[in-house]
Amino acid sequence: MKAWLRGSAVSLLSAFILAGCSGSEPEPESAGTPPRASLVSTAQYFNTLRYVFGSSIDLQVEFPPFERKEGLLANGAAIAGVSSSQLEQFQAAGTTVAAQVVGPTHREFLLPCKPANPKSADEACATEFLSQTGRLLVRRPLTDTELNTLVDNAGMGADKLEDFYEGLEIALEALLLSPEVLFVVEHAEADPDNPGQLRLDAYSLASRLSYFLWDAAPDAELLDAAESGELQTESGLAREVDRMLASPRLVAGMRAFFGDMFHFSDFQTLAKDPTIYPNFTGVTAAAAQEQTLRTVINHLLTENKDYRDLFTTRDTFMTRELAIQFDMPAGPGWVPYTLPADSPRAGLLTQVSFLSLHSHPGRSSPTLRGMALRELLLCQVVPAAPASVDFSVINNPDSHYPTQRDRVNAHLETPSCAGCHRIMDPIGLTLESFDGEGRYRTTENGVPIDTTGSLDGVEYSDAIGLAHALRDNPGLPGCLVQRVFAYGTGGPVQQQDRAYLEHMTEAFKAEGYQLRDLLRSIVLSDAFAKINEPQASPPAGQNDEGHTATLSPIIEETLAASGG
Amino acid sequence: MKKLTRRKALKGMLSGGAVTVALPLLDCFLNDSGTALAAGAPMPVRFGTWGYGLGGTSSIMVPKKIGADYDLPEEIASWARVRDHINFYSNTTAHMDASPNNNHFTGWVVGRCGIAPSGGIPSETIDTTIANRIGKTTRYMSLTATATGDVTNTYSYVNKVTPNPAEWSPLKFYTRLFGPDFQDPNAPSFTPDPRVMVRKSVLSGVMDQTQTLLKTVGSEDRQRIDQYFTGLRQLENQFAQRLTKPEPIASCIAPGQAPVDPPMNKEVATVQLRHRMMTELMVMAVACDQTRVFNMAFSAAFSALVKPGFPQPYHTCTHEDPIDPDLGYQPNSSWFTRRTMESWADFVEAFTKVKEGDGTLLDNVLIYATTDVGNARTHAVDDMPVFTAGRAGGKLKSGLHIDLKGASPTVVGYTALRLMGVDVPSWGTLSNQTSEVFNEVLV
Repeated sequence: MKAWLRGSAVSLLSAFILAGCSGSEPEPESAGTPPRASLVSTAQYFNTLRYVFGSSIDLQVEFPPFERKEGLLANGAAIAGVSSSQLEQFQAAGTTVAAQVVGPTHREFLLPCKPANPKSADEACATEFLSQTGRLLVRRPLTDTELNTLVDNAGMGADKLEDFYEGLEIALEALLLSPEVLFVVEHAEADPDNPGQLRLDAYSLASRLSYFLWDAAPDAELLDAAESGELQTESGLAREVDRMLASPRLVAGMRAFFGDMFHFSDFQTLAKDPTIYPNFTGVTAAAAQEQTLRTVINHLLTENKDYRDLFTTRDTFMTRELAIQFDMPAGPGWVPYTLPADSPRAGLLTQVSFLSLHSHPGRSSPTLRGMALRELLLCQVVPAAPASVDFSVINNPDSHYPTQRDRVNAHLETPSCAGCHRIMDPIGLTLESFDGEGRYRTTENGVPIDTTGSLDGVEYSDAIGLAHALRDNPGLPGCLVQRVFAYGTGGPVQQQDRAYLEHMTEAFKAEGYQLRDLLRSIVLSDAFAKINEPQASPPAGQNDEGHTATLSPIIEETLAASGG
Repeated sequence: MKKLTRRKALKGMLSGGAVTVALPLLDCFLNDSGTALAAGAPMPVRFGTWGYGLGGTSSIMVPKKIGADYDLPEEIASWARVRDHINFYSNTTAHMDASPNNNHFTGWVVGRCGIAPSGGIPSETIDTTIANRIGKTTRYMSLTATATGDVTNTYSYVNKVTPNPAEWSPLKFYTRLFGPDFQDPNAPSFTPDPRVMVRKSVLSGVMDQTQTLLKTVGSEDRQRIDQYFTGLRQLENQFAQRLTKPEPIASCIAPGQAPVDPPMNKEVATVQLRHRMMTELMVMAVACDQTRVFNMAFSAAFSALVKPGFPQPYHTCTHEDPIDPDLGYQPNSSWFTRRTMESWADFVEAFTKVKEGDGTLLDNVLIYATTDVGNARTHAVDDMPVFTAGRAGGKLKSGLHIDLKGASPTVVGYTALRLMGVDVPSWGTLSNQTSEVFNEVLV
């Protein structure tokens, strides 16, 4: 049954792609990406463990976030270091997981074997468990040395603690702490189809695909395809990609991507002033994110609809926790909900997540909302404000600005401010019909709110007009392509990717702006797996800038001994 | 009462039943002067930092009187209880040379790295330099916390790409410090945990893997993997310590109860409360010699603290609050500064509440406090205040106001480095470089 379903989904997708690709231009030559060593995120760690050990493993852990680079936290993974305190957290998480996996509740169904004697070491059983688990956690088969070390550790622990399971538990802890579990290290190999060029090796390609599409390590099937060499063939890769795109795990992957693109990590510290917005609590914030992610997933993956229509759609989901912001009743749980045709809301810009996240704790912010639209959805960069901004004129007690529009217009009287605020404020002022917690309003301080504005020359009278102007803005699809490619390859796009990104944006358009087709086009493109720098190590102690770096003495010795 | 000798006491403890309450340290554990542990090691000097956002308003913040017994203008009136423990270094300038003024960033980065940043963080921060010198023997090389509830609010970096993430939850912080893995130095009994022994043994396998991996990655990544290796060494050190009976420490009294986290918001009162809770834990971690380097961020550089019912968060307020014509300053903005200074006083005072040797814990620490701008309203990086607190084991004078007349804050930072035993000929780059210890404040 399952196989039949997958097969039918695959055929359907292939038909789409064949239709989309016919007559398209060949992919322009791209520079490729460097091989990366990306630190796993909390979600990736968690998703992987759930796949390997099942969903009953309880893990309350939150590793520190990466630095956001070029709009994405994911772009920070390949440059993030691990501080001692973070390593401590990894160790603690590993301890929690190992105790559950090997503990009496789970061992019956998570361990493939039983020891001959539970009070002593059992090499065969430890080998069986650690080799299977190790392959999934390290994302490649363990080397003999690695496996022997783990099995020896399990044996030594069992001897010392007089308990097979306790020994195995500590060996599993060590495995979970190993650098190749915590860092996804990519390796390059010569590309036989393009002499003189490099590509990701099969296991690295499997990881890149899996973290991109599923936000988790590769499953056993994908590793099998890497091991057999199938993944490095055109048909084998297409087969695996289609399987992954048809899998329900794509939902977790895309929720992670859009959560990153929409800066939802900022919700972790979002708080509204309870004296001004008493209804907006942590529960509201969580529901606001969930509404947007459900809308996105339903629109793009369930319905396979045009990405641009996300910004005008009236179809969403509703729950009791959020209904109060919409001034409507609702029952418990999430239910599909279509906004009435005369609703002042349509699309993601008018959802509580966007409106509340880009506001102050105690009031709305036309500037923050305008900046978010430009930076998050159009991939434009708004320069930072200059120092010495004296904005107190707008709060002159004698001036009585009744609305934000009157207040914000004061920006435009200052030449150093006007340049940037002209590209943000007209967008944000239209959204002033929603307050700092995302509730609809028509007046501010008793004065009717003027919601007219313009986006890149397109004028409109209200938020619905803004939604349509954004939907039709030529920068919108290209921004998604740019973000998807960066996210998928693990680092910010480069200048030399421009032709490739333009080509992909054209393909996206030709395919009706459908997300699955975009994902497929990108992962099957040469650029996705092409590696642009050899992994030759420079002399020890020299970094790329030629500065002498400080390495641990023991590392120096190792490198000296290995000639590295 | 019969005189109790150290030998008798220890013998009694070791042969007695395991009592799990922490005992107050008896005088017999100290040497005759009471200033050092009986093992002969003097009380170590520890280093801390405190960071906050948005400077202040010089006209009502900077004392008029230079030297000792300085006056306390409105914004620092709350220092009355701790003034004599604090040095106020006024009028420092973050020299930018050819670097841009990166708002809310350049000022504190110069104070903590000695370098005007042209992009991101240019180097490790001063606390890391000192932790590498004095922090390797304790359970934690350093501890970093924030009062804002935001893990990203940190002024401490291990290197250019690795912040020391801030502990933000009092409960989580308590559990990390004083939870099941805490070894009370004054516990009457000690039994090494065999599981910890095994854990320590298996770490060597992870280290071997790390070394193998190092040979296969490029230089930038090698730095990151090497740093991960350093973390493993620190972990190994923690395990080793848990297998060794610690020396008793007089002033170590672990909190007996897990705290309850305050609400997750940035209201000033909540942040001040969270700050007091985190400080209490931090102080006891230092007193129990769990770390010798500590960092506290009271607020972020772009401080988003809020005053209930007032629509502008602190940073917005610095731009939008009109100058009151009668007062001559921004009253709402200054309100936030005053609350911040109260919390700085809380922080300093907390170290005075722990007795250590002849004095208090504060006598044996050096705390270095920085901000991101001088004047809150203009965000300029001149006229920036820097504070120190503590006497660095008797080597540093305190209770002085010093006008640095436009010098870089590195003057203070470099003096702190040297006091902490970091023997470098100079600190900082270009106009922020200094090789002069500021003798005026040395004893």
